[in-house]
Amino acid sequence: MLTFTLIFLPLLAATGLFFVKEEKWARNLAFAMALVEFGISIAALVQYFLYCHCHLLFRLDWLASYGISLKFGIDGLSMLMVLLTTFLVPIIIYTTFGQKINRPASFYSLIFLMQAGLMGVFTAFDGMVFYIFWELALIPAYFIAAFWGGKDRIRITFKFFAYTFSGSLLMLVAIIFLYFRTPLPHSFDHIWLYASNLKPDEQIWVFLAFFIAFAIKVPIFPFHTWQPDTYVTAPYPGSMLLGGLMSKMGLFGMIRWMIPITFSVLNTTNGLFIILPVTGIVYASLIAIRQDDLKRLIAYSSIAHLGLVAAGIMVLNAQAMQGAMIQMISHGINIVGLFIIIQYIEARTKTTSISELGGIAIKAPRLAAFFMIILLGSIALPLTNGFVGEFLILLGMFKYNMVFAAVAGLTIIFSALYMLWMYQRVMLGNTNAVTEQVSDLSWKEMIPLIAIVIMVLWIGIFPGMFMKMAENGVGQVIGIIR
Amino acid sequence: MTILIALVPLLPLLGFIILGLGYRGIPKRVAAILGPGTILISFILSLIVLFNFRLSPFAFRFFDWISLGPVSIPFEFLIDSLSILMMLIITGVGFVIHVYSIGYMSHDKGFNRFFAYMNLFIFFMLILVMSANYAVMFIGWEGVGLCSYLLIGFWFKNQQFNNAAKKAFIMNRIGDLGFLLGMFLIFTTFKSFGYQVVFEQAKTMSAGSGTMVAITMLLFIGAVGKSAQIPLYTWLPDAMAGPTPVSALIHAATMVTAGVYMVARSGVLYVLAPVTMEVMGITALATMLMTAAIAIFQNDIKKVLAYSTISQLGYMFLALSVGAFTGAMFHLMTHAFFKALLFLGAGSVIHALEGEQDIRKMGGLKNALPKTYWTFLVGTLAIAGLPPLSGFFSKDEILGNVFGSSLPLWVVAVGVSMMTAFYMFRLLFLTFAGKNRGSDPQSLKIHESPSVMTIPLIILAVLAFFGGFLNIPEIMGGSGMLKEFLAPVFADAVRLNQLQPHHVAARLEWSNMVVVLLLVLLMAYVAYRKTVNRDPGTASRNVLIRLIENKFYVDEVYDYLFVRPALRISDALQKFIEERFIDRIVNGTGTLVVRFSNGIRYLQSGHVGMYLFFMIIGILLILFINIFL
Repeated sequence: MLTFTLIFLPLLAATGLFFVKEEKWARNLAFAMALVEFGISIAALVQYFLYCHCHLLFRLDWLASYGISLKFGIDGLSMLMVLLTTFLVPIIIYTTFGQKINRPASFYSLIFLMQAGLMGVFTAFDGMVFYIFWELALIPAYFIAAFWGGKDRIRITFKFFAYTFSGSLLMLVAIIFLYFRTPLPHSFDHIWLYASNLKPDEQIWVFLAFFIAFAIKVPIFPFHTWQPDTYVTAPYPGSMLLGGLMSKMGLFGMIRWMIPITFSVLNTTNGLFIILPVTGIVYASLIAIRQDDLKRLIAYSSIAHLGLVAAGIMVLNAQAMQGAMIQMISHGINIVGLFIIIQYIEARTKTTSISELGGIAIKAPRLAAFFMIILLGSIALPLTNGFVGEFLILLGMFKYNMVFAAVAGLTIIFSALYMLWMYQRVMLGNTNAVTEQVSDLSWKEMIPLIAIVIMVLWIGIFPGMFMKMAENGVGQVIGIIR
Repeated sequence: MTILIALVPLLPLLGFIILGLGYRGIPKRVAAILGPGTILISFILSLIVLFNFRLSPFAFRFFDWISLGPVSIPFEFLIDSLSILMMLIITGVGFVIHVYSIGYMSHDKGFNRFFAYMNLFIFFMLILVMSANYAVMFIGWEGVGLCSYLLIGFWFKNQQFNNAAKKAFIMNRIGDLGFLLGMFLIFTTFKSFGYQVVFEQAKTMSAGSGTMVAITMLLFIGAVGKSAQIPLYTWLPDAMAGPTPVSALIHAATMVTAGVYMVARSGVLYVLAPVTMEVMGITALATMLMTAAIAIFQNDIKKVLAYSTISQLGYMFLALSVGAFTGAMFHLMTHAFFKALLFLGAGSVIHALEGEQDIRKMGGLKNALPKTYWTFLVGTLAIAGLPPLSGFFSKDEILGNVFGSSLPLWVVAVGVSMMTAFYMFRLLFLTFAGKNRGSDPQSLKIHESPSVMTIPLIILAVLAFFGGFLNIPEIMGGSGMLKEFLAPVFADAVRLNQLQPHHVAARLEWSNMVVVLLLVLLMAYVAYRKTVNRDPGTASRNVLIRLIENKFYVDEVYDYLFVRPALRISDALQKFIEERFIDRIVNGTGTLVVRFSNGIRYLQSGHVGMYLFFMIIGILLILFINIFL
């Protein structure tokens, strides 16, 4: 029942918020609902560990004649992603406090609609239901960016929508195709889809459809060109939802659907497809070095970091895939932290242009400290969350192919380069006319950052609990591959 | 006992946490007690560990850090004579430098922040040397790099300093990637990261196998970055931008020696890879020569010491490359004493001259700064290798081993010894002897540093003077205490070493010693003649000297070969690939999609509210119909 509640509650909140007219009420209600949702996910976590890692299944027949059922469950993979989502959504809502938002009710409503979509994606065990929630998550993201976004938002968000939507259509075709390859009577249930009978050449087409759909969502080089513009133009909560959560849908989809169904393509193509994300790591890192806009720099760094995660998933071994799961969580937490910091900086200086900033650390030592810790997480310093994931991914990749690991490993050099250079130009040096009046963080502003820093260190120092969940989920996928 | 050992790194961490969280609230006086105090207790605890140590190593684990099926990385410590030696150096020298910093940083606004970073550094450095496996060592390895970054750029208003800090971090990270890959190869070969398991298995492997060479080479790349050897040494001179106590602690006594420690710790692996040993020897030799040459022509008091540090680190690697593990560790220890002393002495001079670092503008400071002068003199004599100071014994141990291994190597090493003597005496004379060449010597109120700074100088001077007695060679009737203490750690490596230096007859050893000593004294005399009461400021027209004065243009070459191309590639990728190629294809396809599906246009019609409302209602209906019907 908890699984059902996790999906149902955000939907309820989304509906309820439509009838709230006053901004203050909408805000408080939204935050309260997000916290309740977080509480439920913690309950689910407790239950998950109590019942020895069993699936928390919820199942309803729906369109049974077509073999579609509302089958949701929580295994280790889902649990991690659900926790990430329910942890980040209240933080994202909290950061909107004190901001002027047009039509707040619709805004918060859309956030919850997106959360419902994410919950469905992360817990669906039926291919068609997965697809429906996948699209459900896209639409609110589009609206948030298109209606509350900044400069040139219509053109940029339309590109974002069209691009990701066409990817999704490919996936839909693949899922339906798979359905007709399942044993009679056909079904969209994940067990049936896993067992579908594909000829080698069909495998490649199904793989490609999945791969492109997921690669666009993550995004993986060279399917990434919608992403930097969208991150920049979207309002901060939108960028956080996109970078922190929506990008994980693609990676999660790879582990849940693409790998179990079409892993043999990866085996027979000898790392051909891994070249793309690995190239992306170097490519996006190099581009990130010269970016002048803070959000755009984070966007490119995200392509590099998630490229490493995708590569880790596709080398098909347990360590790399578990590392990928941990890194998905870490990246989500860190990128939201970084966007919060940038939001605070923009609120104070009215700019996100690196070349206009400087010397903020003099005026705002607390901001500087939080920024530094989250940045260290992002560049994978040991004892921060970024290290655990990257270490395991690179170790797994090393077993698969040493050259790939060495090239992907360049990320530890590049990320230090562009991140520290950015930090130096924004935070260090002397103040200028723009940063002269910057004030330090208030306690209220520090709350979400404290939550994030706790997670950065918790996962970095005691990753055990998170690794157990990842181990359970990944173990099943690896079991299918063997 | 385990609690005591755990407290050794935990106390500095605690100091960091308190100072970091109470950044503004804690008064300077409290910070001045808390910062050095935690290190002092750690030092005392390390001494207790030493006295209770019975020569048999023991390991213990605290918790599983990363553990997944076959990958098990416990957070565990290994206490043996090597780690105890390092713990004592780190906490002992660290404490002295912390005390000195109370005086040196007393006027700085970032006083608390400084001690917070310094404590954090000690924590990571202790983790590095106490770890029982490579992965936990890597925590310390990267952690000290972070602290180095934070402390080089301590005065962060100055972007020049920040550039130096960033450069140090990036160059270290290049090495770290090597370390990381070496670690992975260790794991895939031995199925473990733990020293004991790895070395136990390695012992049974044949020497010179490709895997062993690859492992040791990759680890050596890490050492090259951390210990500033060619080609990754250029960050260390720049790192002098940090406060002088930082240069003494991090960039002379401890962090930069981490590479030496790591290679010594992995001795068993290295002796099984003669190729790597040779590469290490050549790298060390080239580094020693090149940086000693540069040091001769430097005019910044700290830069001379920085290049000297690189050169001395080269000595240690040279020792390692001939299998003289004890010699390397011995020199690491004495170098920690005298180089920390020299840096702190330089700091005292800089403090007295209110920031002046150019030795051409110094001179004649002997009388104004007597304590600084006498201790600096001890440091100079020690590094030059005059008996009976510590540097004499540690250098002699290395030279003896090198002689037994290869005559040409020995000749070059002796040449570097002569250069060392020259640049150090040049530095000493230019700073303290002769007349003052400052811009306006009368108006400068030159005063000796307060005792909170001079007492540490005296302590280090005593150590630099007598430290060598810990390992008096047998031919002088000594017992080689340090050698015996470390023997169990290096036993396997020494036994397996194929390139074992052969034994040198006592008479030959004596005569070598005398020859080296005479050459060193000669250089001291030449330095005296060349510097005292001469004008040092003229630029040379000799091409070779100009080349050396400009540090062989290595920074410029790196800038031309790596930095600028990287930026240019970045721009080119953005302009040509990103915008003109990939995005055009996408947009082209996108236009097709638009034509294909007109329906999408309705999404922009503006009736979002209604649209959404119906969508949610639809979903809810589906759910309800299923539940209630």
